[in-house]
Amino acid sequence: MTTTTPQPLAEHGEAHGGHNMTGFIIFLCSESVIFLAFFSGYALLKLSALNWLPAGVEGLEWRTPLLNTVVLVSSSGTIVLAEHFKAKDKLWLFRGFWLLTMAMGSYFLYGQAVEWGGLQFGFTSGTFGGTFYLLTGFHGLHVATGILLMGLMLVKSFLPGNYVGGEQGVQATSLFWHFVDVIWIVLFLLIYVWQG
Amino acid sequence: MCPDPMPFPTTPEAMTTTPSLHQDQPPLSWTRYFGFSTDAKVIGIQYIVLAFFFFLIGGFLAMIIRGELITPPADLVDRTVYNGLYTMHGTIMLFLFIFPVLNGLNNLLIPTMIGAPDMAFPRLNTAAFWLVPVFGLLLIASFFVPGGPAYSGWWSYPPVSIQNPLGNLISGQSLWLLAVALSGVSSIMGAINFVTTILRMRAPGMTLFRMPVFCWTALAAQSLQLIGLPALTGGAVMLLFDLTVGTSFYRPEGGGDPVLYQHFFWFYSHPAVYVIILPVFGVFSELFPVYSRKPLFGYVYVCLASFIIVGLGLIVWVHHMFPSGVTMWMRNLFMFTTMLIAVPTGVKVFAWLGTIWRGKLQLTTPMLFCLGGLINFVFSGITGIMLATVPIDIHVSNTYFVVGHFHYVIYGAAVMGIFAAIYHWFPKFTGRMPYEGLGKLHFVLTFIGANLNFLPMHPLGLMGMPRRVSSYDPEFAFWNVLASLGAFLLGVSIIPFLLNMISSWARGPKATHNPWNAIGLEWLLPSPPPVENFEEHVPTVISRPYGYGTGLPLVEHQAEIERQLTLQEASA
Repeated sequence: MTTTTPQPLAEHGEAHGGHNMTGFIIFLCSESVIFLAFFSGYALLKLSALNWLPAGVEGLEWRTPLLNTVVLVSSSGTIVLAEHFKAKDKLWLFRGFWLLTMAMGSYFLYGQAVEWGGLQFGFTSGTFGGTFYLLTGFHGLHVATGILLMGLMLVKSFLPGNYVGGEQGVQATSLFWHFVDVIWIVLFLLIYVWQG
Repeated sequence: MCPDPMPFPTTPEAMTTTPSLHQDQPPLSWTRYFGFSTDAKVIGIQYIVLAFFFFLIGGFLAMIIRGELITPPADLVDRTVYNGLYTMHGTIMLFLFIFPVLNGLNNLLIPTMIGAPDMAFPRLNTAAFWLVPVFGLLLIASFFVPGGPAYSGWWSYPPVSIQNPLGNLISGQSLWLLAVALSGVSSIMGAINFVTTILRMRAPGMTLFRMPVFCWTALAAQSLQLIGLPALTGGAVMLLFDLTVGTSFYRPEGGGDPVLYQHFFWFYSHPAVYVIILPVFGVFSELFPVYSRKPLFGYVYVCLASFIIVGLGLIVWVHHMFPSGVTMWMRNLFMFTTMLIAVPTGVKVFAWLGTIWRGKLQLTTPMLFCLGGLINFVFSGITGIMLATVPIDIHVSNTYFVVGHFHYVIYGAAVMGIFAAIYHWFPKFTGRMPYEGLGKLHFVLTFIGANLNFLPMHPLGLMGMPRRVSSYDPEFAFWNVLASLGAFLLGVSIIPFLLNMISSWARGPKATHNPWNAIGLEWLLPSPPPVENFEEHVPTVISRPYGYGTGLPLVEHQAEIERQLTLQEASA
């Protein structure tokens, strides 16, 4: 219930760690409300629109994004495997699956960039264009952040005495990655599946 | 009971070693208040002092506004300047005064009340604080950009807020949005810290239902920040894109919906009122028992009522939008939920009345501020129920009735409660006693000033005077003169307060560890407390708070701890 280990004054700023995971989970709950706000804004604008699609736009192609989705969602599996191997102290297998997860995330971002490049509409093309780029862009920013965090954890794994104190970094990154995946599933349903 | 995971040396022999530990530390320099400290008690005072700096700026703007309104024609400032003045007055008072000052109280009180050495994330705490002067400067800087500061009111409703007549990327409105976004980031960082600290760092034996009510209300308020703020941030990001790159989320001509912004804005900004008032309910619940010498009436119900207010507070926001073309079923639903909020709030008011009923009232400065705040709060609660009623709301919407109502809540209740808290805990964190005479003068001026300022706004609103105008029909002149006189009195009332704070901190009488005879972990610390509060000697809590008149100790070995503190004070 309490952490009051005696610490010298000089380390005051470092002294009271150990609650990082609690803080991070609270942060993710709060962050999910931004997505909830964007999702509900999207649904309201779409339901009340007279002409949802801008002139000359037929709708969104969903096959390539579906492939992207499969890659991103399966990367939630590879990161679990990575964590599993870390728990068994098989560090090289951990690094392998960790890197694979990063690669799958990067592939997703690449696929999204290619998709954006081929679209007929822009950010200012009505509420359709606005919400499309806002939602996919904001989510993409989270994917990029996740890859960056994983890179940091990978570097940390080569430091001597690794994960004696960095354990929670891996857990938190993994949790963040699952969060990003779940958000994408909702986003995919809202944007690509619900086109009627 | 929560299990005690570590052996705590709370035997009398162990306690005797604590004071000597503190005496070994070099005296702390006052310059630490001007640097990047990670100590919650330093950050708390930094928050409060900075907040009052902005309070003076926001108050100065209010003086100009009331100066303009003392006569019917717009004769003091230009109309466009006036629009900027009330926009910045509201923004500064909310984002740069009231939220920072409450975070200051949270920083001082939460760790000491729960027996934690500091916040859970001290460096995050530092970063959250230093964002405040950054966005404060941004907001002040917007006075000097071409076109002046934001002028669309503190709501920043589109379409007014997405007009950019000068075409500059850096406009008063874009700086406003940036500042509000940074304020949101800072508040979220703070909220994560406060919630984690309360959930994870309580003293042994302090179960949730042995926690002081201030911590309950802080937990409730910070949960609201975590749920509500991201929605406002999302809405503000879309507004920024509409303003700067020409998207059409809120532009009807591009298929957008300006009312959507109102939903985002009020989904946060109505709960924001509870973020402000809940900690003040906490202050009332702490102080009434101390100065009535009686336990808090209905402690458990007061704790739970905070979270009922959180739940209901999240489903009332549409009552701000009754005239915005929402459907009838939504109006009825939100009228109902808004009125329901009166129930948990009434539970609290009842509990405070039950506490002071037949108590031995001590009318000290903090108690006077609490009683005054409570009276004003009950009044604002009654006008709140009136405003929740759809037909009345439609009638007085956008009039001075609404302005009067929320100033009664924010100034009449919340700011009075904040003053009560400052006078009550001032000796604990500075080690000096504030002067009672100046404090009582401050109370009298504030109470009369606030009522003289804000009461006339109600008849004005019922007569139909719209808010946000710099000129008005001469029939409204009488009440406006009264309100302006009240405002100037409020302006004067801050002088004894500042005088008191500065002079008593510099050379006031030294405070003992418990000058008010209060019960609570913070009163078992020296005044001012050492950097790490109890360090490893955290007392084990064995009973509920507010055991006034019962004679029951709050913690194990309480008599020894108090004897040590008294000995330490005698030898100093």
